[in-house]
Amino acid sequence: MPKVLHVTDAMISARGLRKSFGPRGAEFEAVKGIDVEVRRGETFGFLGPNGAGKSSTMRMIAAVSPVSGGELRILGMDPAVDGPAIRGRLGVCPQEDTLDTDLNVRDNLYIYGRYFGIPKDEVNQRADELLDFVQLTDKATSKVDELSGGMKRRLTIARSLINRPDLLLLDEPTTGLDPQARHVLWDRLFRLKQSGVTLVITTHYMDEAEQLCDRLVVMDKGVIVAQGSPLDLIRDHSTREVAELRFGVLEEGQDHSALAEKVADLGERVEVLPDRLLVYSGDGDAVIAQVHERGLRPAATLVRRSTLEDVFLRLTGRTLVD
Amino acid sequence: MAILTARASHRLSVTQGIRRQVDYWKVVYQRTWRATVVSSFLAPLLYVVAMGVLLGGFIQGDPDVLEGASSYFEFVVPGLIAAHAMQTAVGETTYPVMGMIKWQRIYDSMLATPLTCRDLVAAHLSFVLFRLVTTCGVYALVLAPFGVYATLWGAIAAFASQLLVGMAFAVWVYGYSTRLTSEEGFGVLYRLGVFPLFLFSGAFFPVSNLGDVGAFIAYCTPLWQGVNLSRMFTLDHVTWWVAAVNVTYLLVLTVVGWFWAVSGLEKRLVS
Repeated sequence: MPKVLHVTDAMISARGLRKSFGPRGAEFEAVKGIDVEVRRGETFGFLGPNGAGKSSTMRMIAAVSPVSGGELRILGMDPAVDGPAIRGRLGVCPQEDTLDTDLNVRDNLYIYGRYFGIPKDEVNQRADELLDFVQLTDKATSKVDELSGGMKRRLTIARSLINRPDLLLLDEPTTGLDPQARHVLWDRLFRLKQSGVTLVITTHYMDEAEQLCDRLVVMDKGVIVAQGSPLDLIRDHSTREVAELRFGVLEEGQDHSALAEKVADLGERVEVLPDRLLVYSGDGDAVIAQVHERGLRPAATLVRRSTLEDVFLRLTGRTLVD
Repeated sequence: MAILTARASHRLSVTQGIRRQVDYWKVVYQRTWRATVVSSFLAPLLYVVAMGVLLGGFIQGDPDVLEGASSYFEFVVPGLIAAHAMQTAVGETTYPVMGMIKWQRIYDSMLATPLTCRDLVAAHLSFVLFRLVTTCGVYALVLAPFGVYATLWGAIAAFASQLLVGMAFAVWVYGYSTRLTSEEGFGVLYRLGVFPLFLFSGAFFPVSNLGDVGAFIAYCTPLWQGVNLSRMFTLDHVTWWVAAVNVTYLLVLTVVGWFWAVSGLEKRLVS
């Protein structure tokens, strides 16, 4: 008798979710009680630097890592009880490629589809469709090792779609790719989003988060420090524009704090980085003009709009690449 | 608020899990069978020729001393096949297991599907069983015309006992491999485990030659249980209570080792 579950609109629902590693008494807590809800059809992001707890969270959501505390429901099911059923409806694109390098491109899809119990004829048909979708049809009989990094990521994404998942998890999908390959991949992800697939993405690239995510959480040291749409986060935690004043790198242990004091009144706040000052203001050009009027001579200046990187800097005092 | 209904399926049965991985292991075998021809078939047959025929030609054994065999050839062949079953099992559960965990990370990709660690272990060990069936089976078919087997049922029982000793090693070595972080541990396994067992578990000479203490230690080893079973059935010289002890020993070892293998993979990959 099949068990019928009552499920809300949430594809993922986490309450006080925790993940610890290591022996009792000497645990390292990677995820420290986060609340997350991902809705059907949206693209949801986990943004944060390495070690923020993104991948640990993703592994719990993928039902391959037991929850240490709190409550987690994926597609309305408990991963501790219904792991295989959940994984049958997920697509997972891991951070590192786990393609079988001894198989050719097409066989990677075929063999993987068989793990889901998809009949042979059906999986063959889906493999052809997916190769077309990720633009690898002409590479179908190539060995995986002959593919470029971007092609391998596209193949991994194709593989993660072989079971026509309700929810696609992408862990750092474009890390290590060149800009062109990233844009090709983004294009494929946009198409998936348009077709109604719910996407969950981890990334430490703020431009990727801004491009792809409807909503995101910013994670740092295992906790969520902010959440909302990219635009909301920028509006709530930063200014419209940022004036960058580049003064060059100083000796070890020195910074541009003295210069920062001289421009502190020109914006809502000033961040001091090793080689530059960031002045947050609604009008960046006005800031630059006043900097010159005060006789300061930065080596270079730049006015740009605020990004999620600025949000992260504001919330944590660190940059994403720290 | 939308209402979704989801069928909460229980995990796959072991046979379902294995069936879903058949295509993968078929490809693995298509890729590797040529490389296994030498290690699985040629090398053992050279052993039989060298030890059984050429060396055996110099040994005139008393059947009482040779555990019921009328010649050294008859004595050594059943032991060699059992020892080879052990080596095949160890070969398939050392580097291949570490490769799938650590180097190619195939297991990681499998675990992102409805398959569980139990299913992965079951399919991998089924492949080991297939390798044992083919290697020990070819051995039996090649040697049968030389009159090694006293009876047909004895040949079948010997074959089954060779599979059993192979699986008893496979589960434990699999579990050991899941707990290793570096392949250096395999060197230790081969030097301190496989090689001494191969030489001193009664495949080449009666373990009574080792003296009381040496023989007792040899009797305690899993390989001796398999060698003894294989030889008793091949020669149709069966002491039933000893056979029962041998079979029970290997069955218990295999069942306990199965849990050790599954728990090892779970600890390693589901953290």
